[in-house]
Parts: sequence; structure tokens; C-alpha cells
Amino acid sequence: MSGRHESGERGSPYAPHTADETAAMLEAVGADDVTELFDIPESVAFDGEFGIEARSEQAAERHVRGLLSRNDDLTEFLGRGHYEHYVPSLVDHLSLRSEFLTSYTQYQPEITQGFLQALFEYQSMLVELTGLGIVNASMYDHATALAEAALLAARVRSTDGDRVLVPDYLLAERRDVLENYTDGAGLSVETFATDDGNVDTDALAETIDDDAVMVYVENPTTRGTIEEHLAAVGDLADDHAALFCLGSDPVALSVLREPESVGADVVVGDAATLGLPTAYGMGLGLFACREDFVRQVPGRLVGASEDAADKRTYTLTLQTREQHIRRERATSNICTNQAWVALRTAIHAAYLGPDGLVDLANDCVRLAADLAQRLDDVTGLQAPVHDRHHFREFVAHTDQPAGAVASDLEAEGFAVHAVGEHEVQVCITDSNEHAADELVAAFEEVA
Amino acid sequence: MNYDQARWTDGAAKGGEDAEGQYEPLLSEKNSEEVEVESPLPDELTRDSLELPALEEPELARHYTRLSQMNYGVESGPYPLGSCTMKYNPKFTEDVAALPSAAVHPDRSERSVQGSLALMHGLQDYLARIGGMDAVSLQPPAGAAGEFTGILVAKAFHEQNREGDRRDEIIVPDSAHGTNFASAALAGYEVVELPSGDDGRVDLEALEAAASDRTALFMLTNPNTLGLFERDIEDIAEIVHDAGGLLYYDGANLNALLGQARPGDMGFDIMHYNVHKTFATPHGGGGPGAGPVGVTDRLAEFLPAPRVREAEEGGGYELFDPENTFGKVHGFHGNWLVLVKAYAYIARLGDEGLTDASAKAVLNANYLASQIDYEVPFEPFHHEFVASAGDQDAADVAKRMLDYGVHPPTTKWPEIVPEALMTEPTEIEGKDTLDQLAEAFDAVATEDDETLANAPNRTTARRIDQTSAARNLRLSWQALGDDE
Repeated sequence: MSGRHESGERGSPYAPHTADETAAMLEAVGADDVTELFDIPESVAFDGEFGIEARSEQAAERHVRGLLSRNDDLTEFLGRGHYEHYVPSLVDHLSLRSEFLTSYTQYQPEITQGFLQALFEYQSMLVELTGLGIVNASMYDHATALAEAALLAARVRSTDGDRVLVPDYLLAERRDVLENYTDGAGLSVETFATDDGNVDTDALAETIDDDAVMVYVENPTTRGTIEEHLAAVGDLADDHAALFCLGSDPVALSVLREPESVGADVVVGDAATLGLPTAYGMGLGLFACREDFVRQVPGRLVGASEDAADKRTYTLTLQTREQHIRRERATSNICTNQAWVALRTAIHAAYLGPDGLVDLANDCVRLAADLAQRLDDVTGLQAPVHDRHHFREFVAHTDQPAGAVASDLEAEGFAVHAVGEHEVQVCITDSNEHAADELVAAFEEVA
Repeated sequence: MNYDQARWTDGAAKGGEDAEGQYEPLLSEKNSEEVEVESPLPDELTRDSLELPALEEPELARHYTRLSQMNYGVESGPYPLGSCTMKYNPKFTEDVAALPSAAVHPDRSERSVQGSLALMHGLQDYLARIGGMDAVSLQPPAGAAGEFTGILVAKAFHEQNREGDRRDEIIVPDSAHGTNFASAALAGYEVVELPSGDDGRVDLEALEAAASDRTALFMLTNPNTLGLFERDIEDIAEIVHDAGGLLYYDGANLNALLGQARPGDMGFDIMHYNVHKTFATPHGGGGPGAGPVGVTDRLAEFLPAPRVREAEEGGGYELFDPENTFGKVHGFHGNWLVLVKAYAYIARLGDEGLTDASAKAVLNANYLASQIDYEVPFEPFHHEFVASAGDQDAADVAKRMLDYGVHPPTTKWPEIVPEALMTEPTEIEGKDTLDQLAEAFDAVATEDDETLANAPNRTTARRIDQTSAARNLRLSWQALGDDE
């Protein structure tokens, strides 16, 4: 297969040089050998080998397939901040078109109108879902978007406050990322109590003061409950001039109250609940905020413009906020980000349309309620633990130790979270509802 | 050979001079539908209505296909965007990343995801060998996130030595990527900018003067953004280490060195790998990438949690938290699918392929530079060079190059070269394509300012007014409605 390459040498299969061309190019630059072109002192030159075997494409494909085949084939009822919905085939086929996939950041808008328009459409759909006027298509995931929200809050607040308030149900990994990102800005992350899976507004009222730069709550929460006190949280934040940041996702936002209408200043979350499979945790940070924060926003923004022929066009805008221009005074360090995932999310959302999204969200609510009811009927289980409305997932109490229940379920081919000594969490969507009967039967065996 | 774009005009242009394509954009009022939201939830918890595009699948397929035809990727033509390393992305890597076995939830038990952990362990190992590093974390989801992670490692190291408060400065050369400055600031450090020497490299005297007991880290790209190898790297490492600081390698230019030199051997303590650049994973219109971080032995205990190792009992692999980890920089395991593609690429090329890739990348840059009329003030360069457009405006030169069917270089950066055209052809271009690129450079070099200022003419859009986009902000179709 190396016919075009120098005889006897297996070089990069993706460097198209023939031996004659290499010789002609070397002659043009006045070198006898390519290694002459490397200006590396002898003392730091590498003369060893990596010890990595070269493979044919077929062998490499088989090797990686073989590695991944060691993953067990389980039916997952897992959520807790990372959700699977069926991704229509159209999303793969369109997003994998090479003009999209193999391009880079749209530094030359005249030849990247296609991607720019797709990102503009992504921004527009999220503006509709959040009610907030500014959306970027840049953040890595929910956790990093939350962290950037706290940094934004610190920038736009006029006082010297340094407290970021988060609910006690916040995932440990999210809190960890938030703390690592905000440490350099001198912020301190503090917890307020919740009550039966929702914000305890009395506890929040006692915790909040004028040093709070941001209050964060989720809807739906990490425990699957739908938050009933959003407007009260918004008022409390407002009273102390703190930003109100809400965590959510595009499917939930299709039916839940618009964040803007309850006073949210920023919305973060994982937008790849549409567009990506579970992907071992890869995501797309959702980031939306009020229009008056636009010059303090992190990440890339696509704006409408006109070209020399007065036609509607799109371009990256407000780049003076970004690291390649503003350097250490930039609003974030983000450069390569999640544009392609945003493209996939946009295609998936457009595929479902308003009816499809509302149906999908309503199905999640019904499926979670039904499954909780059925598990509540299983001896040794009480579900849901919280007397609230739920979205996609819920926590159940197990009389047995939760770890043993989860482990026994895994042996039956199902994955659920063990979240406490006697608590498991179960997530159900369109992607696993077909296996609900089997899950209930397995719970009956092991609970 | 030249690339011409489809020009789908929107409805407003119907009947106008550019009316060859009749095409309604997705997000016009016409294609959206407002539906009333009814739900099993109480009214006070739900929204009243939702307005979004409502098209059927065939219409959507055409919409996004048309958008793709108005976009330029590596498979459309040459893409010599300096410092971005726009390489061809093999197709089979997409296939393995799309395997159902790669799509697992991040909260799965370790025993049930042995395949994912084996791949991560293998990639940690590959990257350590290639970089000459001892331990690798795969978590950072991009190069800039890798920089930030590396800085947190340095911070944790200095804090353990009770020097955390004193070492509050990070030194960055003036030619460095903007991300270096921003990442240092994000971590709370003062940035000390180091002016380059007359030869475009680190000025050792200036570094001596800048390094002190306040220095936490010196961040360096090698070869640097002019494509020049920092020949004094051992002296640089000595100056930084003598001052008690650590040396950081920005992996953006690693494609120049594979098999020729390794950051670990040059004295670097911490590095990040831009796997989307060096290991040919698609750049996705701006991402996702991945920015794994490698460190030497003494810093391994500070890496983010979790990492993967061989299980202490029972065979297989397990996750573990490094002893003095500062925690996490991504909610889960980073941009996992990108890691799968990078692993597959390295497994395909092996020693010979990786080494040859760098050799051809360096040959291509040198050959292209030898064929163009623009002056290249600094040499000998490796995988990229920075030409100067001289009296011409580099941004205009770039717009005019679009008319010759190629993607232009990075412009006006680094600022050390006036009207910079930073060019990186990578190893994937053959001689004919490089000749085509050289023709485009040379044709533009002879043209007058007016021709350049009126370009481009053959693209989907004519010259776009960036100022109006920033002055009259319209960031959604809802904002367009206000406008018209």
C-alpha cells in the first residue's frame, strides 16, 4: 500500500510525497536530507524510539475496536448531570460532512459562512429556550460553564464580594471544577441547605449577604426534582445584587419555565443532552446571560453583519474580549472549544422542532413518574424519596445497602447510581424506556 | 484545482444580481412555529409556549448540506493556518469513535468500562513516550485547558514547598499564544512578558533579569511561533530551575519535533499536548480538541483526578486519585471521543509514521517558503514560517488569497514580524498543492492595494463588515427581528 512512498520506508500514510517529489523539494531548499532542516542541538536531539508499532488501517481499527469491546454491554439508567437521548441518524450524517468537521475557527468568515450560520442558529434556539439574549457556543461542559458564570459574576458585580453560593446537592465534580477555576480570582464557594430536593429558601436567606456575587441552583436538580422556588431565589439574589445562575439543559427548558421569567441572570448546563451520545462524559457547556453582560461574556459569539454587496452574513464578533487579542485581560482563556458539538445540538434541536422537544420533555416527566411508582411497589424500595415533581430521574430508598443493590443490578445487566448508603438514583429517557420492564423485574430480584 | 464555494443566497436577494441560488435560511419566521406548551406538570412550573424551527427531515438535510457547501475545511483545499496544524483527519478514527462500545456513561463502575480505561491507559503511555514525560492526565478538554491545568500543577508544587505565596509570577515570551497569558491570569498569576531577542528567540539576558524567587513558571513554545528552535533550551532550563521556577512546554508546535526531540529531554517539567493538532483529530469548526498534560515524576502526585493505572489486584485497570491532586478541571473525563481518535491515529502511524510526519511537515514549510516572493525574516524555521507582507496589509492579502481558492495563513501575528503571514502547510500537502499555494502568494504579492481591499470576489460572501457586526450587535434571529 506504500506505492507512492520511498521504497522500503513506511512513513506517514497521510503525507502524499513521492520519492521524486521529495528529492525535487530537497533540491529546491538546498538540503541533501530532511534531517538537515532540523535545527536541534545534538545534546537534546532524540535518537531513541517511542516503541510504538505502526499498523495498517485495518489492524489499527481492529486494535481499537478490540480494546473498546472490553466494555460491558449494560443497559444504563444513569443520569446525574449527564443524559442520553436518542440521537437521530441525520445528526451524524450531516455533522460528519467534512467541510464542517475538518474546518477550524472561523477567522476568515467569507469562506466559513456555513458554520457561522449554524452557530448563529444554535445561539438563537438557546435564546428562545432560556429567554436570555446572549448565548455563546464555546464552553466545554456544565462544570466549566458554571465556573465561567462565577467569574462573570465577579467581573460584573460592583462590590468586592467574593462568595459563590451553591446548593448542597451540587455534584462533587462540579464543585471541584468551580473551585479550581475561581481560586485565582479569590472567590470562595459556600453551600446552602436544601429541603426535600428543593432550595430551602429560609436557609438561603440566612446564608446570603451582600458579599455573595452569585447564587446557583439547578432545575431540574441533580436529584431529579423540579425546583419550585425559582422566583423566590431570584428575589433573594436580587435583594443582595448577586447574580442568579440557573443550571439546566435544552430538553428540560423546552417545558420548564423560562429562566428569564424567574429572574435568572445566567443559565449554564450541558447542551449536549441533544446531539451527543453519552461519550464517557464529553459534553457542551451551555452558557446564556443577560444582554447587558455582553462585553464581559467568555467565549465565542457569532453576530449578523453585511458584506460589501449588502447581503446578510455572519461573523465572529466582539473578539476584543478574547485571549488572542486581549491576552491576560481576556474574559476567558478559551480558544479551541466545542463548536462541532454545538452544530450537532443545533441539528438535533431543529430535527425535533418545537412539538418534538415538548413531547420529548413531557415523556421524560411521565416516564420518571411511572417508573418511580412501579419501583415504589417493589418490596424493599420506596420511590421517589422526594415528594416533588421529577424530570427524567429520581432517588429511591433501598432497605438493602445501595452499593450492593447497584452491584447486583449490574450483574443482571443494568447500571444505576448508588448515591447514599441506602439510596439509588435511576434515570429514564427515550433511550432506555424500552428496558423499563426488565429493570423493574431485576429490582424485584435484588432489592 | 481551485476551490469555489456554493453561493446560496437568502430570500432577500431573490431577483437581485446574485439570485442564482434560491434558499430560505432555517431561522426565518417563516420556518419557525410557535406551539402552546401543555404538560403533565402544574402550570406554574412550565412555560406557556415555545417557538423554534419546524422543518421536516428532507428540508433539514438540504439546509445543513447547503451550509456545509458554504464552508471550507481541510478536505476542501489547503489550509495553512499557522499554529493551528490543520492536518488531514483519517476516516477510520471517526468509525471507532462512533462505536457503541465507546458511548458509555461516565458514572459506570470501573469493572464495567475496562475497555475505556485500557484505551486511556494506552494513550497516557503513548503520550508519555512521545513527550519524554513520566505521567499524563487526559482530562483537559482543550490546549488552553491544558495550560491552565499545568499551571495548577505548578501552583500545587510550589504550595507544597511553602512557596505558594511568594511565587506569584509567570513569565511568557511576547511571541507566545494569547492563551498562555490568559491561562496564567485565570490561575491568579501576574504575567511577566519577556521581549524576544533580535534573532526571534528567547533573550537569555532578559530571562536572567526576569527570573526570580517570584517565578512560578516559564511558559515556552519550542519551536516558537516563528518556527525557530530555541537552541539555548538547556541554558533556559537552567536559568528557570536555578531561580526555583518550573519550565512549561506549550505543545502547540509539537508537530515539528516528533521523533527528533522530546520536551522532557530538553528540561521541561510540564507540557500539554494539542492532540487535535499533532495527532490529527478533526478541529470541528473550532473544537472539540483535547489538551492532555504530561509531567515529570516529581510532579505526578499533583495531576488532576482521576488518572488510570493498572489495577493493584485482579488485573485490568482502575481509576485513582494522585496523592496530592488539586481535583478536577472537567466534570468528567474530558473530550473522550477526541481522545479515542488520537489514540487510533497514533496506533496507526507508530514510530515511523510519526517521525516521518514531522520530517515532511518541516520539508513542506521550507519548500513553500523557498517558492514565494514575500520575505521570511527569521530562519532556520521548522514546521511553520512567518513571512512579511511588507507594504501590503496582511489582512487584505489573506482576503485576496481566498480568490485563488486557498485558505490563507494566520495574519498579523506574531507581531515581531510586520504584516505577518504565519504559514503552516503541515505534512499532508504534496508538491503540487504547495506550488499552487506559492502561486497564490506570488500573484497576490504583485497586486495593488485597491484589488486587495476589494477582495474576496469568488467566495460565498463578499468582504464582511466586522465593525458593523460589533457596533450593531445582532446575536440571534430574535435580534434580527428588531433590526428589520
